[in-house]
Amino acid sequence: MAVRKNKYEMPEQKPEKRINNFNEVPYGYDEQTAIDEAKRCLQCKNKPCMQGCPVEIDIPGFIKCIADGDFDKAAEVIKSKNSLPAISGRVCPYEEQCEGLCTIKKIGEPVGIGRLERFIADYERKKGINKPLKKKPTGKKAAIVGSGPAGLTCAGDLAKMGHEVTVFEAFHVPGGVLMYGIPEFRLPKEIVNAEVDYIKRLGVEIKYDVVVGKSISTEELLDDYDSVFIGTGAGLPRFLNIPGENLDGVYSANEFLTRVNMMKAYKFPEYDTPVKIGEVVATFGAGNVAMDSARTALRLGAKKSYIIYRRSDVEMPARNEEIEHAKEEGIIFKLLTNPIEFKGNDKGYLTQVKCIKMKLGEPDESGRRRPIPIPDSEEIIKIDTAIIAIGQSPNPLIPQTMKKLKIQKWGNIETDDDGRTNIPGVFAGGDIATGAATVILAMGAGKRSARAMDEYMKTKTWPIKK
Amino acid sequence: MYPIVEKKILSETVKLMKVKAPLVAKKAKAGQFIILRIDEKGERIPLTIADYNRDEGTVTIIFMEVGKTTIKLGTMIEGDNILNFAGPLGEASEIENYGAVVCVGGGVGIAPLYPIIKALKEAGNYVICILGARDKSLLMLEEEINENCDELHIATDDGSKGLKGFVSDILQNLIDKEKRIDIVWAIGPVIMMKVVANLTKKYDIKTIVSLNPIMVDGTGMCGGCRVEVGGKTKFACVDGPEFDGHKVDFNNLMLRNRRFLRDEEEACKMLEETS
Ligand SMILES: Cc1cc2nc3c(=O)[nH]c(=O)nc-3n(C[C@H](O)[C@H](O)[C@H](O)COP(=O)(O)OP(=O)(O)OC[C@H]3O[C@@H](n4cnc5c(N)ncnc54)[C@H](O)[C@@H]3O)c2cc1C
Ligand SMILES: Cc1cc2nc3c(=O)[nH]c(=O)nc-3n(C[C@H](O)[C@H](O)[C@H](O)COP(=O)(O)OP(=O)(O)OC[C@H]3O[C@@H](n4cnc5c(N)ncnc54)[C@H](O)[C@@H]3O)c2cc1C
Ligand code: SF4
Ligand code: SF4
Ligand code: FES
Repeated sequence: MAVRKNKYEMPEQKPEKRINNFNEVPYGYDEQTAIDEAKRCLQCKNKPCMQGCPVEIDIPGFIKCIADGDFDKAAEVIKSKNSLPAISGRVCPYEEQCEGLCTIKKIGEPVGIGRLERFIADYERKKGINKPLKKKPTGKKAAIVGSGPAGLTCAGDLAKMGHEVTVFEAFHVPGGVLMYGIPEFRLPKEIVNAEVDYIKRLGVEIKYDVVVGKSISTEELLDDYDSVFIGTGAGLPRFLNIPGENLDGVYSANEFLTRVNMMKAYKFPEYDTPVKIGEVVATFGAGNVAMDSARTALRLGAKKSYIIYRRSDVEMPARNEEIEHAKEEGIIFKLLTNPIEFKGNDKGYLTQVKCIKMKLGEPDESGRRRPIPIPDSEEIIKIDTAIIAIGQSPNPLIPQTMKKLKIQKWGNIETDDDGRTNIPGVFAGGDIATGAATVILAMGAGKRSARAMDEYMKTKTWPIKK
Repeated sequence: MYPIVEKKILSETVKLMKVKAPLVAKKAKAGQFIILRIDEKGERIPLTIADYNRDEGTVTIIFMEVGKTTIKLGTMIEGDNILNFAGPLGEASEIENYGAVVCVGGGVGIAPLYPIIKALKEAGNYVICILGARDKSLLMLEEEINENCDELHIATDDGSKGLKGFVSDILQNLIDKEKRIDIVWAIGPVIMMKVVANLTKKYDIKTIVSLNPIMVDGTGMCGGCRVEVGGKTKFACVDGPEFDGHKVDFNNLMLRNRRFLRDEEEACKMLEETS
């Protein structure tokens, strides 16, 4: 039987329309399309796709259920490994993970695993998510610091094991980057809220406005709880360190996106938090964060929105889908271009950026070819707003306030594979341990730590690290 | 939810509120601040901890009504709830026995100076306070401060109380009289801190200022609060808010604080129209 070479299309909002709103771009599969797509799967015996999934979802298993029309069963299969599928089904870099290893890739496009996962999660949410069975209470208490995907996953899993779980969150909303970073048009906040509700219904309590390290110390948490998980993310924005970077009009991507997403500045003045962008916006960097910023700027009314990146298109770290969407929406890509100075007017407001052209030299330690400046190739671009999206470092608050905690060179907390730090009872995972990575890796880390915490709380043994 | 347990009107535009926030009260130290959000659609704004009571679990804030959020906050009364109130944030003041300390407070900056004055006094310093405001109705906490310091000097722009002139004039006076001064704390409008820092620099007197850039999260995540200190970029919410006044680029701070001026005026107008 011949397999259809291409994925079934997922309907989307047209680019001309969507650049004027914050609604989600793809609409998702309908039931019939999902079944048709599921039928493309060959049900490979050795399950290569599964090797690419950090949370080990039984991919052919749930796809078979969809093909058979049993969506409830499919949801069960996914949920047994992944408590936040509506989120991973939207933002996972599946091209490189599960789908990257799919057998059908040899002859065409892989099975749309991400799209199918999303379909099932949306189906389940519309139907009303069932409360899963919980084990009987163990009498043990766990504290989770940070409610990003790592913290939420860890909390959910521990609650299912029967532990009493409290999450401490610095902000007034849960979700971490899911809420303040990734924009509404890519991950509707209603979905994040539904997933958080599910975790709350497991009995997890979330305490907001608690900045651990300031409002309460990690040591104090250890006095009151049997174990602690730190999932505070990579919240420290990096800057370019070039002249003029503190002019008005230069934002870190974190500030820009937080204002828009978490504080809803796109609804200013109905909401109180402002954001100001002018007509021409330049975003520096080419990862997911940069794509999100450039596309958000367009939706706020920018006439021109640039992505300025010092390497070439093959090195762009963003998901392919984001780059495609950005191109369709008219984002202007200026590649092999590096900013060297921001200039402003006499009021201190940004007016232009001076850039230099680059070419690619020999590969560096990361294996990517190193960009080198081409002499005398400076150019000036007039801009009103600059958004710096060149990466984040681990949030330093906990490392700074918990002196005994072992930290690595880049400021990340050192852990073993199960998230154990050097302090008995204290675990860490997600971006705070790995540096800025992905949602699904953070969730995977939360999951492994939950298992190790369960073991620790029951046995009080702490493996000595080699 | 954080209930307002006491409200005092200090002047037409300056209000004091005691807010029940036990976790914050338990850890609060002089020099730190909180971030609050009034309601679901509100902005997050930083306010200094002007006082705290660990037994009652309360934190005192004193604020000047300058824009939408502070005006709205000013309309709230005892028993009302503030939706979010996170802290204490920032690094505490470095309190020790320096010897003779001059504390210079201008306008609403007097409020955050108050707990620092108390702490410095408790640490055994000889504390000289210089308070200034546009007119005497804007002078606050005079009595409380008087009780906690060794010398009190006052300046008003219009001469309605104390010296007619600026706090920096009094400071210059003290220096001219060869008063012993080991360190200066200056908190107030950016321009006041700049003038004081320029003055003490000439005499090489160490000066601490408390910076008030526009903030969003207050946890070091957004970089919106960045200030230039000694040629380096610092995040005021986690590295500060206090810095060595001789190293701060005040001009940059003044410009950055005007970032959203036009938008804020628009929001304020809306508030007036709807209320
Ligand atoms: C704009 C943007 C787009 C992205 N797009 C994608 C994508 O498409 N796909 C993908 O896989 N990944 C993406 N990522 C990366 C992904 O979001 C992160 O890897 C992931 O969120 C990390 O999860 P985490 O739980 O470790 O931390 P975070 O999500 O950062 O959550 C940390 C939480 O801890 C809280 N916190 C911090 N310090 C404290 C403290 N002291 N006390 C209490 N709470 C604290 C924070 O407020 C936050 O809520 C993107 C990131 C950004 C910024
Ligand atoms: C660490 C810190 C501690 C502070 N402590 C106090 C305090 O104890 N009492 C007090 O009255 N104020 C304090 N402030 C200033 C206070 O946060 C601002 O006045 C408040 O955010 C204004 O909000 P708004 O919505 O009422 O006014 P907006 O409408 O936002 O602004 C009105 C005007 O104030 C300017 N402005 C906005 N934010 C700031 C800011 N952070 N600093 C200075 N000007 C600003 C705007 O450009 C505009 O001109 C502090 C600020 C910081 C950073
Ligand atoms: S969680 Fe991510 S990697 Fe795993 S199956 Fe879903 S989309 Fe693929
Ligand atoms: S590799 Fe592709 S075709 Fe094979 S089981 Fe996985 S999804 Fe199906
Ligand atoms: S307020 Fe965001 S980093 Fe300081």
